[in-house]
Amino acid sequence: MSNEWPLWEVFIRGQHGMSHRHVGSLHAPDAEMAIKNARDVYTRRNEGVSIWVVEAANIAASSPSEKGPLYEPSNSKVYRHPTFFNIPDDVGAM
Amino acid sequence: MYAQMVKTAGTGVKKPSEMTAQERDFQAKIDRNEKIEPKDWMPDDYRATLIRQIGQHAHSEIVGQLPEGNWITRAPTLERKAILLAKVQDEAGHGLYLYSACETLGVSRDELLDMLHQGKMKYSSIFNYPTLNWADIGAVGWLVDGAAIMNQVQLQKTSYGPYARAMVRICKEESFHQRQGYSIMMKMATGSKAQQAMAQDALNRLWFPSLMMFGPPDKDSVHSAQSMAWRIKINTNDELRQRFVDQTMPQMEYLGLTCPDPSVKWNEDKGGYDYTDPDWDEFFAVLRGNGPCNTERMAARVDAWDNGAWVRDGLMAHANKKAARVAAE
Amino acid sequence: MTNAALTTDEALFQFLLRLGDNTLILSHRVSEWCGHAPVIEEDIALANTALDLIGQTQFWLGLAGEVEGKGRSADQIAYLRDAWDFRNLLLVERPNGDFGKTLMRQFLFDAWQSLMLAKLMKSTNIRIAEIAEKASKEVAYHVERSADTVVGLGDGTPESHARMQTALDDLYPYVGEMFIGDAVDAALVKDGIAPDPASLRNDWDDLVGRVMAEATLTIPQKPFAHVGGKSGTHTEHLGYVLADMQFLQRAYPGAEW
Repeated sequence: MSNEWPLWEVFIRGQHGMSHRHVGSLHAPDAEMAIKNARDVYTRRNEGVSIWVVEAANIAASSPSEKGPLYEPSNSKVYRHPTFFNIPDDVGAM
Repeated sequence: MYAQMVKTAGTGVKKPSEMTAQERDFQAKIDRNEKIEPKDWMPDDYRATLIRQIGQHAHSEIVGQLPEGNWITRAPTLERKAILLAKVQDEAGHGLYLYSACETLGVSRDELLDMLHQGKMKYSSIFNYPTLNWADIGAVGWLVDGAAIMNQVQLQKTSYGPYARAMVRICKEESFHQRQGYSIMMKMATGSKAQQAMAQDALNRLWFPSLMMFGPPDKDSVHSAQSMAWRIKINTNDELRQRFVDQTMPQMEYLGLTCPDPSVKWNEDKGGYDYTDPDWDEFFAVLRGNGPCNTERMAARVDAWDNGAWVRDGLMAHANKKAARVAAE
Repeated sequence: MTNAALTTDEALFQFLLRLGDNTLILSHRVSEWCGHAPVIEEDIALANTALDLIGQTQFWLGLAGEVEGKGRSADQIAYLRDAWDFRNLLLVERPNGDFGKTLMRQFLFDAWQSLMLAKLMKSTNIRIAEIAEKASKEVAYHVERSADTVVGLGDGTPESHARMQTALDDLYPYVGEMFIGDAVDAALVKDGIAPDPASLRNDWDDLVGRVMAEATLTIPQKPFAHVGGKSGTHTEHLGYVLADMQFLQRAYPGAEW
């Protein structure tokens, strides 16, 4: 049981030029096999053109209790969103 | 439904006044339809129940490979063989997604498999029935996947984030499974006399076991209330069973097959079919290990695991050696 | 079958059967693992390989049927011939054995198939070149994966090393057949349709030599080769494969599935 293959998180960039997106996890003995396994497990339907794998133990994550401090400040910065600005229709597309 | 008779941990639904502040916040979050994520605080009973439910669901996927896998080498055309293999491969993938979701709760896949192999965790009763003729492959896709989808569509809205996301992916992939099953049934039902007989035989054997997939009747299902409050169970067993019968009967009529339950009848007043429950004694006997294939299914899984130990260890040892060589450079 | 009696179409038909029967029988063997592999990730990967091979079978046997000109489909060719009409290498009908032996067989075949397809991509027969191009992309991945697994298990633990050496020793007598040409091959070499099998040997030895060295495995130095598959004299195992595979088509003649 101690010999379980490590857990890897899999990120895939799809056909449409979007960023890599987390698609799931799998087990593999090393990074090379993790990429191959990811290809076999997570791109069975042509889902991707590029694969990243990260050993799950190496991911640093924010803690949920910090959710407020981390994310709420940006809620108040509504000016970062284009819909904040009222542009007259006459100006045309912007 | 791949999770049956999941025992909900705890002592039942608590009133808000009996809850701690933390428990009240947790319940409020679920009531607002917010997702619970792995690092969020959660009651121990919620965690324990989810491990049982997702684990059983995952086990069902990989044990579920066996009855259909039984026909891969005998599939009658190259196309049917490819479709069936792709489908059974998907089940393996679904098992993998679900084990991964379960692992976010702090239990490893190896630990879950160990519990399966020791008989401490269950899988769906349906996979203890045999696939005896080619039409069974059609009937499994049509009825068994049909029943599973009915449950899984609801579970996309379940409260635990990783479980819900696994369900979304599974539902997307599963959309072809039921259709491939029904397409086999259409061929068989309109084929030669022998093929029609196979189709009817498969339906006769799999109808009641499919109804069992939803679990015992609500009146005997003592654990539902807490699981429903936690939104890890969305509909009751009987609701889903009724919906399944209502969806399936017109499909059966289209095939021209006869329901093995002679009492099935449209009930205008309730806007659904009346039907006879399966034999619950048989259901409990299968869960206790006395189904037609329990012993073989478990033996196949345990053999695959035990015979594969040297492979897992070998590849891990090589990876460690390689890492050590790189580190030494 | 004498050289003089062999037209190009007859030779082509036989050659396409060889390609298609190799992938058909190997896909059958690999698919036997579904649900029984050592770990889910490997289960899924093996199924992908088998699926690729089934797809290739449909192309090769489909084209064989066209060349034959008797209106037989790929399915009819796959499901309605007896063992003596099968033209696959003996290697691919070897029973799976343990996971290591299955992967060793896969690698020995993948290495050969990748070289064969590279040559066929330049075939004067456009149809063959097209199928080879599509298949070669799939096989490039197969050979990478099977090579990695052979290396990992060969270099892994003492037990995995011993099992892989046994696998290589057991399968090696079935390697030689891949490189022995006959009248069929000669007829196609002449027209630039297919390569001389012997011409693949050096590259194969290089590739397999590199992988076995990394896997710390010793290649047997025995030149003996079992032959017969390419001309229809098989091992006892093929009959059982066909009994399984063809059961429904044989038991219910003419039925549609």
